[in-house]
This record gives sequence, C-alpha cells and structure tokens, in this order.
Amino acid sequence: MKSMLCISRHSPYGNALGREALEAVLAAAAFEQNIALLLMDDGVWQLQDQQQPLAGQQKSIARNLSALEMFGVDTVYAHQGSAQRRGLNSQALCIDSVQWLNDQQVRQLMATHDHLLSF
Amino acid sequence: MSTLHTVNKSPFSHQTLASCLTLCASGDSILLLEDGTYGALTGAPTTALLNDAIKRGVSVYAIKDDLAARGLHSQLIQQITATTYQGFVRLSCQHKNTQSWY
Repeated sequence: MKSMLCISRHSPYGNALGREALEAVLAAAAFEQNIALLLMDDGVWQLQDQQQPLAGQQKSIARNLSALEMFGVDTVYAHQGSAQRRGLNSQALCIDSVQWLNDQQVRQLMATHDHLLSF
Repeated sequence: MSTLHTVNKSPFSHQTLASCLTLCASGDSILLLEDGTYGALTGAPTTALLNDAIKRGVSVYAIKDDLAARGLHSQLIQQITATTYQGFVRLSCQHKNTQSWY
C-alpha cells in the first residue's frame, strides 16, 4: 500500500486549512489507508492545550486531533524547531501521542513517503 | 528519491521560503513562483539560507514569466535557473513528490 504524509503548516482557527488537513487524514484513515500527519511551522499551534473555539461557530481542532488514535493514526509527528521558535510548551499539549522530529528527521519523513498532501 | 518544493510567498513578508530552505534535502529542487520569485533576489532575507541549500546539492528554479512580471531582471542569485510553466511540468515529473509551501 502506498504511504501518504499530510503536512499541515497553518494555525488552527485563522483559516480552514488546519481543519481540512485533519479531515483528509481522518477520511484516509477511515478507508484504512496508510497515512501520517506532520505538523510544522504555525501548524504546531494546533497542539496547544485548552483551546476554546468560539462557541457554536467553530469546531475544536484539539478534539479532532484526539480522534486520530481511534481511527488508527497512532502517532502525530511535529517539528521541534517550529515549536521551540514559537515557545510552545511541549509539556502542555492537547494530545499525548506526539513524536517530535528534528530537521533531519523531517527530511527523512518526507523522503520516505510515497505521497505528500500539502496543507 | 527527491521532492520538488514550490514556494509562492515573498520571503520579505513570510517565513515560508526560510522553512522550505531549512527542511529541503540534498537532491531536492525548489521552484520559486508568483511572489516566491522575490526570493531570487540577492537582497532577500533568505539569500544566505538559499546559498547554503545550493551548496548542499539543492537545485533552485524560478518561473521566468513571474520574474518578468515583477520586473526582476537584475541582482538575481546566479545559481537560480529561470524556467517556464512547461519546465514546471517537467520538474514535477522528474521528482517523486511535490510539497507546496503555500
């Protein structure tokens, strides 16, 4: 089976890209495809704990992220440098199953997947 | 197995090109298009990163029409190859994957 890597680089509520990336991952996982999610640049903000989206207007990205495990996506990859530059506290995230990658590991991840989905 | 990275944001107002240059691998190619072509200027904030990437074995291209539309004729980084939209198609075929840094 071909492997897919979804790369999500945008913050969660300013536009729909973060949500659309997650929906793509959930859809692929629901069809038992081999898909992984990588958060980098402003995409790491999706991991921020205690997100309180505007009531009735926005769905929680954090809640969707925590659904990934149920769909068989066990690991969420995230770029360490992006989080460090933003001062994101890696001890207080909305999910536990985050695997942090350095620059070289991100290069490797991109090279080893058959398809990239850019969000 | 290599990746074609496309960047369409100006490095003067976005971190996009800087992130791409940091995370691309040897043997990959970068194509600058639309406002991304401002990244071909020697005075861009990403010039040092771009030169490093080229030294690592990354090939950098820019769409000729997009450079011309913006009047970018001089003070361009010499190792950047100008190309066309047909060239873009060719590059897409030559690489395993494409990552759009939009």
